[in-house]
Amino acid sequence: MSTSRRDFLRTSAAAAAAASLIASERAQAAQPQFSGQSDHRELAMRAIDAARAAGAQYADCRISSARSQNIGTRERRVTNIGDNETFGFGVRVMVEGTWGFAASSELSADEVGRVARQAVAQARANRRAMVKPLELAPIHHPPVPNGQWRSPARVDPFTVAIEDKVAYLIEANEAALGAGARFVNSQMFFLRDEKTFASTEGTVTQQTIFRAQPGMTVTMVSADNRDFQTRQSTDIQPKGLGYEHVLDANLKSHAARWVDEARQKLTAKPVEVGRYDLVLHPTHLWLTIHEAIAHPTELDRAYGFEANYAGTSFLAPPEDFLGKFRYGPDFMNVVADRSAEGSLSACGWDDEGVAPESFHIVKDGIFVDYQTTREQAMWLDWWYKSQNMPTRSHGCSYAQTWADVQFQRMPNVNLLPGTQDLLWDDLIAATENGIAIIGDGSFSIDQQRYNAQFGGQLFYEIKNGKITGMLKDVAYQMRTPEFWNAMDMIGGERSYELGGAFGDGKGQPSQSNAVSHGCPPTRHTQVNVINTGRNA
Amino acid sequence: MARHSLRDIARHLSRAEAEAICKRVLELSTADECRVTLNSGVRANTRFAVNQISTAGDNYNASVNIRAVFGKRVANVSVNRLDDAALRQAVENAERIAKLAPEDPELLPELGPQDYEESIVWNDATASLEPDARADAVREVTERARAAGLVSTGYLEAQAQAFAIANSSGLFAYQRQTGVAFTTTVRTADGQGSGWAGASDNDFTRIDPRALAERAIEKARRSVNAAAIEPGRYTVVLEPTAAANLVQLIGGALNARNADEGRSFFSKAGGGNKIGEKVVDERVTLRSNPLDPRVPANTVGGDGLPTHGGTWIEDGVVKNLAYDRFWAQRTGKEPSGTGGTIAMDGGDETVESMIASTQRGLLVTRFWYIRPVDPRTILFTGLTRDGTFLIENGRVTRPVKNLRYNESPIFMLNNLLAMGRPERVSASESGGPGQAVMVPPMKVRDFNFTSTSDAI
Repeated sequence: MSTSRRDFLRTSAAAAAAASLIASERAQAAQPQFSGQSDHRELAMRAIDAARAAGAQYADCRISSARSQNIGTRERRVTNIGDNETFGFGVRVMVEGTWGFAASSELSADEVGRVARQAVAQARANRRAMVKPLELAPIHHPPVPNGQWRSPARVDPFTVAIEDKVAYLIEANEAALGAGARFVNSQMFFLRDEKTFASTEGTVTQQTIFRAQPGMTVTMVSADNRDFQTRQSTDIQPKGLGYEHVLDANLKSHAARWVDEARQKLTAKPVEVGRYDLVLHPTHLWLTIHEAIAHPTELDRAYGFEANYAGTSFLAPPEDFLGKFRYGPDFMNVVADRSAEGSLSACGWDDEGVAPESFHIVKDGIFVDYQTTREQAMWLDWWYKSQNMPTRSHGCSYAQTWADVQFQRMPNVNLLPGTQDLLWDDLIAATENGIAIIGDGSFSIDQQRYNAQFGGQLFYEIKNGKITGMLKDVAYQMRTPEFWNAMDMIGGERSYELGGAFGDGKGQPSQSNAVSHGCPPTRHTQVNVINTGRNA
Repeated sequence: MARHSLRDIARHLSRAEAEAICKRVLELSTADECRVTLNSGVRANTRFAVNQISTAGDNYNASVNIRAVFGKRVANVSVNRLDDAALRQAVENAERIAKLAPEDPELLPELGPQDYEESIVWNDATASLEPDARADAVREVTERARAAGLVSTGYLEAQAQAFAIANSSGLFAYQRQTGVAFTTTVRTADGQGSGWAGASDNDFTRIDPRALAERAIEKARRSVNAAAIEPGRYTVVLEPTAAANLVQLIGGALNARNADEGRSFFSKAGGGNKIGEKVVDERVTLRSNPLDPRVPANTVGGDGLPTHGGTWIEDGVVKNLAYDRFWAQRTGKEPSGTGGTIAMDGGDETVESMIASTQRGLLVTRFWYIRPVDPRTILFTGLTRDGTFLIENGRVTRPVKNLRYNESPIFMLNNLLAMGRPERVSASESGGPGQAVMVPPMKVRDFNFTSTSDAI
């Protein structure tokens, strides 16, 4: 039903395009691993020295130079070409048990000293409202004096000419228009972030992070102007890769199918409300995992730190849930990582200098751990001791830019495949009365992550193991514990895919995290489905 | 601690500095047309959780965006370095990319000099809000919550920003603006009750931290032991924040081109748009006015057009939609930015009088996780949060569990029963200053709740 990335990698067009990139790749290989400014290391050291001299017991400095690029089109027209560079640094200090943070875009020796002292003054002001001083868990590895890491991007997107990128999008749009699209928008986004980190504990790391996302939206309008439907290119997910991801995605090769699917949505049968067995595709399920597993297992939420915006968690207090709460069936295993190749949260060290580790959040259906930073790991000291595990950060600290303070953000949180070699078609063949959902759509979930509602891109009616037609206006409503315990089938390793997003929001001021979620397709029995269609 | 001067705290480019940078970019430009926009300023915040400050920070940034045009080819480059070498590099990059861009058939020439009304959105008290003063405001909440045995969490953000725009056709404009938001969620120690209060303004002196603390504490206490009620259609009394959470969504659907292209609620069956059609109750009037002292905004638009605001819906009838310069020219209309604010007229009732006239209904403090479901009807889903109560026989009788809705502000404003006086509210989910919104509390029938939530 959906074309896998492997399929379009095989197409000759992609192969030809890849061949033309060999020159760029060679150029890339000749570059040093960290291409950021050489003086960043020195400036970062100067900042933490200034913070220490001003009275900080701990300090870290993050310096970033980030370049991003957006190209947007509609039909035969380029609507936007934007190229953005941002440079700056943030200094975080701990003074007698309170945090202070300050940041500036002026990368000079004087300014890093001034900002470090400002952060210390900030921490001192914050002490007025302190109740309990914070502590940092030790790091599980020796200080890394010269750490280097780079996303596995084969082609730096900023070495590819604008006209090639524009031509790629306009050709894809032509394919959609040729197939009858009424409107088509397409775009690509790239990021290259060169980050230097230094802390008073002797760690200095330099990392180059890449992200890439090509995308398309096709819109069809009914002849009487009373209905319109869109198909977004959710088969193509954002990745922590370079321009090769755009070539692999090959929007043009999918455009006609997306047009056809958007057209079918205009005449699809409105869903009848009721309970259905849902077969969920990985291009849809990653978002349900994000909202209903990854967010409630953030430890700061469980302790109330995000109560004013993102919310708390139904998995609280931790002592009532760790090792006790059955999240789902025995075959449910959820593992967090920041290592999967091309995943969005992959890195060598997190934003407080900790090498991230893979860890189980759900093991054999039981909830066993939260996501943590150095400050937060201390809060679970009692649990780790009882499990004969060291009290240490899982490496989940992240800040969206130099201007934002780092805090706990989710790594990739993945639902592991089952042991049986089941594919998407096998789950459908085993289903009597159900709905298959492909692609993510509308989403909303409460502040403790109990009650959620999800839409999708495509909905298919399943009768007696066969897809019998397309449905529209479908959304399912669920309560998190029941939903995962109603999971009765799971795909095998061959059906596992990585989805994800750039816009995972949390914190005040709200920061965006980029994260991937790997999963196979799953089936969930007797889920409540509503019809969202109304007459205006 | 040493006092800083206002200039240190509210750091931003002055008019003279901004003008000099713009002038330099225009000198460096070799393009047919060039536009420079400059944003500079400080975002300062203090967060608190579990009755103490958790993080706080101040950041300063200044960035320039250069738009280079050759014939019909255009590109934008932005960078946050303003030294001569960086500006030169950015101009070169913008021109190099623009030359590689395909021609844009919709490109319009740059605007010449414009007349702008003087903006009233800058406030010295907000601009000079130091960490100590923010910590004092936070303690108004944390100390009260702690004394009451409750747990407070919240956020105070102040922004002081300068904006400048110049182009090769002689346009120059400079404006400064401030914004501040203070929100708090107070929970009972056992997690069984939760109450919220918040306020947003451009003037910090109009925000009363103590009053916010008292309101959130009262709601937290009153929301304990919530009972589940059946989802379904209810008469609701929406406090101003809850009403604004939904009314402001209409602002996002006002794009005239989408309407004319058949992909909007404002598209008309058979073609065209709904300007002139009655779409909501005749008591509904929605407008934007950047010079309204209660909800002010900049009077210079991002593309240099003067922002006059306007009336979107008047007496229930669609009066105007948002036209950009191109679509206005194509359709023979005046260009109209969205105005940057939303203000809705109200009535003479109060929340109390609307409760008193309700046989059975729900009182809603605010909505959350509001996401689009169907753009054809501006249908959104989301949930009640931090204070939802049952009204029986004209009185608030008990807290109820939160509910998920699937509802459109259009349907809601067709089912309008009564309105109170409009209030400026903090209607952004993330608690930042956001766009200025002023909406009355209102009473609405048949509000569509589709499931209950156990979340507190």
